[in-house]
Amino acid sequence: MSTTTIEPTSKMTSKDFSSDQDVKWCPGCGDYSILKQVQTVFPDLGIPREQFVFISGIGCSSRFTYYMDTYGMHSIHGRAAAIASGVKASNPDLSVWVVSGDGDALSIGGNHFIHLMRKNFNLNYLVFNNQIYSLTKGQYSPTSEKGKVTKSSPYGSVEEPFNPSELALGAKASFVSRTLDRDPKHMQMVLKRANEFKGTSFVEVYQNCPVFNDEAFFAYSDKETKKEEAIFLEHGKPLIFGHNDEKGIMLDGITPKIVNFKEKNMSPTELWIHDEKDKTKANLISRFFDTLFEGEHFPRPFGVIYADERPVYDEEMTNQIKAVNAKKGKQSLNSILSGDKTWSIN
Amino acid sequence: METLNNEVSQKANVIESESMVVRFSGDSGDGMQLTGMQFTDTAAMLGNDLSTFPDYPSEIRAPIGTIAGVSGFQVNFGSKEIFTPGDLYDVLVAMNAAALKVDLPRLKKGGVIIANSAGFDKKNLGLANYPPDVNPLEDGSLDNYIVHKMDITKLTKNCLTDSGLGTKEVERSKNMFVLGLLFWMFDKSMDSTIKFITEKFAKKPDIANANIKTLNAGWDYGDNTEIFNTRFKVKAAKLPTGIYRNITGNHATAIGLIAAAEKSGLPLFLGSYPITPATDILHELSKYKANGVKTFQAEDEIAGICSAIGASYTGNLAITTTSGPGMALKTEAIGLATILEIPLVIVNVQRGGPSTGLPTKTEQADLLMAMYGRHGESSIPVIAAASPSDCFNADYEACRIAVEHMTPVILLTDGYIANGSEPWRFPTEDKLKPITVKFLDKPNGAEGVLLPYKRDEKLVRPWIKPGTAGLEHRIGGLEKQDETGNVSYDALNHEKMVHLRAAKIEKIADYIPLAKADTGKDKAKLLVLGWGSTYGAIKTAVRECIAEGGDVAHVHLHNINPFPKNLGEVLKAYDKILIPEMNSGQLLQLIRAKYLVPAIGLSKVQGLPFTTTELKAKIVELLK
Ligand SMILES: Cc1ncc(C[n+]2csc(CCOP(=O)(O)OP(=O)(O)O)c2C)c(N)n1
Ligand code: SF4
Ligand SMILES: [Mg+2]
Repeated sequence: MSTTTIEPTSKMTSKDFSSDQDVKWCPGCGDYSILKQVQTVFPDLGIPREQFVFISGIGCSSRFTYYMDTYGMHSIHGRAAAIASGVKASNPDLSVWVVSGDGDALSIGGNHFIHLMRKNFNLNYLVFNNQIYSLTKGQYSPTSEKGKVTKSSPYGSVEEPFNPSELALGAKASFVSRTLDRDPKHMQMVLKRANEFKGTSFVEVYQNCPVFNDEAFFAYSDKETKKEEAIFLEHGKPLIFGHNDEKGIMLDGITPKIVNFKEKNMSPTELWIHDEKDKTKANLISRFFDTLFEGEHFPRPFGVIYADERPVYDEEMTNQIKAVNAKKGKQSLNSILSGDKTWSIN
Repeated sequence: METLNNEVSQKANVIESESMVVRFSGDSGDGMQLTGMQFTDTAAMLGNDLSTFPDYPSEIRAPIGTIAGVSGFQVNFGSKEIFTPGDLYDVLVAMNAAALKVDLPRLKKGGVIIANSAGFDKKNLGLANYPPDVNPLEDGSLDNYIVHKMDITKLTKNCLTDSGLGTKEVERSKNMFVLGLLFWMFDKSMDSTIKFITEKFAKKPDIANANIKTLNAGWDYGDNTEIFNTRFKVKAAKLPTGIYRNITGNHATAIGLIAAAEKSGLPLFLGSYPITPATDILHELSKYKANGVKTFQAEDEIAGICSAIGASYTGNLAITTTSGPGMALKTEAIGLATILEIPLVIVNVQRGGPSTGLPTKTEQADLLMAMYGRHGESSIPVIAAASPSDCFNADYEACRIAVEHMTPVILLTDGYIANGSEPWRFPTEDKLKPITVKFLDKPNGAEGVLLPYKRDEKLVRPWIKPGTAGLEHRIGGLEKQDETGNVSYDALNHEKMVHLRAAKIEKIADYIPLAKADTGKDKAKLLVLGWGSTYGAIKTAVRECIAEGGDVAHVHLHNINPFPKNLGEVLKAYDKILIPEMNSGQLLQLIRAKYLVPAIGLSKVQGLPFTTTELKAKIVELLK
């Protein structure tokens, strides 16, 4: 255990957030980048180090907790969301970060995942999606594409994958975002946004596992393909992508359409302007995944897909307690012990 | 003592009795549980000792009139000490044919039957599977009993003709008629029930008035009709002086948690998922928002315990409550709490199993699961409650051990004592044992190094709250290195940690009461060794046997892991040991294995508690 000295938050650097434990991910693992971005962003969040709590499940991704010099619990497979709910409900002042994998969050922890989104605790939920079970050495996961050949699917998986952002929106998530390990700046931006947002901030991080599922997200980071295959969302900005930023997305009724707006001499303002608070549109954007609209393939969205604050569980719980207490007052233990119907024997 | 405000009727004979057992039986929709509870509250407040046994089906409303839909409430009240709801009843209220069919076998010969004849029409008789044209109220088959049959449905209707209430509401009031009649029969004041009705229906005065009117009509019916020529009088019991309340086991469990939270100064957090017969603890605790109690109804039992683990981690007194099937779901998380070495109380209100089993019936079959139901070497304390009010003590003790010894603790109660009730001479705040909690606030190792798994003389590690500056550290389910708590795969370290965790639990034996005879002498021919809810039945049986000259004693185990330190010695003082259990012999295995004594088991796995008669028969046989 490291010798820990108390330092004022203002002087903190990323070093203050790295624990004394050796990081044991494979060389080239995307998890390194995520760790680095978190450690880069944290000193500037204005939160004292002792207020941070990491709760993770089980998986390569979940080892994350051991590498952060904050409070943390590496728990059991799939249950991080449930444990984090208890942490946040019992101490709403803590800054709670859940770290989970695609299997941890969406397979064994699927039930907790959807209920966490619905309950909307004020915490951050990072899913390192590598579309594979890595710690158990390479089986298909609930985000692996259909036909995926793995050790447990030598003839190809016959399962349809989850689309995590669509799932989260369906489960009433109030903040849905996506970023990727190979774009540090983008990840830092999303992490900051997640932290600022009051509610359960769901951050899906595309994470490369060079050992069991290499280059699964290559298309979104490789120079050759990135501009065509990925679209980076910004609130209040038009949906534009393409090699020369020439393509835009528009809505034709309720159907998204790709237009070459430069060729058509259209102003970008005529395109679909991203509105993070518009759930209907967020639902459509989240489906830029495997849905073809009128036969057309759409680029994968990155950034904040949806963010609309609504009351958070921990605050509602605290407020209810305050309200009932104000109305009824605290009951003394003696009166609880006696109840309201007693008799005496002399 | 309150005095009865109704003079004993001149017309009827009054029979004095030391104790009486009444069974209210009817359709699930007939309100028998409420009727029984009201009768019980009154008896308790008038000074009787008592014990109750609600016995209801798992279907909320099985088809009306069927055997499956019969709901019963049994109360044994007396002027002497009462420890069980009674084997056989003196009075049976049968609201329909099915109720009579189900409950007649346990009515004493010569006992009283109060039957609602409206529930014995052709349709009801058919639903209760009586052969065509057979009506037990008419055919002389009940000649050995005192039968009072009356059309309670019609009598209620007649008394409420002008009430302006609909047929349904009128129909629903008929249990009040029964209650009024029984209050007359047992010469008990109706004041408490009238107060209850007035409060319950404060916003619906029509209904309150109708219920009170019907209650009075029941009383008057007893007083005015010639058919009732006998009344019973059960005097107040000579209980130890003090102030009493009536309490069910689940209610006592809930209060025990609140008391432990107050005494330890910790916030209380309950993470739970509804399941019979444990749900009432969640219901009860949810009422105490004004006291800051946090109840979290999780999405399943796993989330229930995991949220509690999260709350314990932040420094709350954290609880999860459940029953058998939910317990099965929690096992992995209990293992996590065991290796994290954080306090947690897991309440298992046992019911009949395996699987969904008998949801509303009682059993003690989760003992070995509590002891061993986790993977890996993972010993944790197990405590069992002996009676409804003892749920308070056991639960308080579970909390104390959990926080003072930094460990998950399993508390076993069961459906029988969870729903059953008894008078309780409740403690006042100042009489409760202190619970000492200390959070680490600065590094505990040399040179300012934090050692989260450094142990004190009890082998207990410090509790450290997130938010404490300078003590940031990580814990987890991977094996911990001794003292530092860092992940360690070292073979010998693992063995050491397994031994340390086990030794920590064994050491708790230094901080719990020794075993001693509850009834009878420290040395005798036969020892009846019990645990959990069999307490009342064993105590009654052993007392009666001793009164009849039997050389027998009763020791009851409250702590099952670890056992009291002197248990081995205690056992040696008896020639024979009998262990009655509502399972196939689970404590029996533990005792035989640990103490190498030839204990004899008595097993009952019928979803029902032991009767005193059953236990006495076995004791007498072994004393021969
Ligand atoms: C209850 C339980 N079941 C199964 C496992 C084995 N297991 C450990 S991690 C894992 C899958 C991890 O996949 P993912 O969540 O995607 O994390 P990754 O390793 O890919 O980061 C499995 C199946 C376990 N530890 N616990
Ligand atoms: S197996 Fe894959 S995910 Fe796991 S550490 Fe290695 S590279 Fe990373
Ligand atoms: Mg994975």
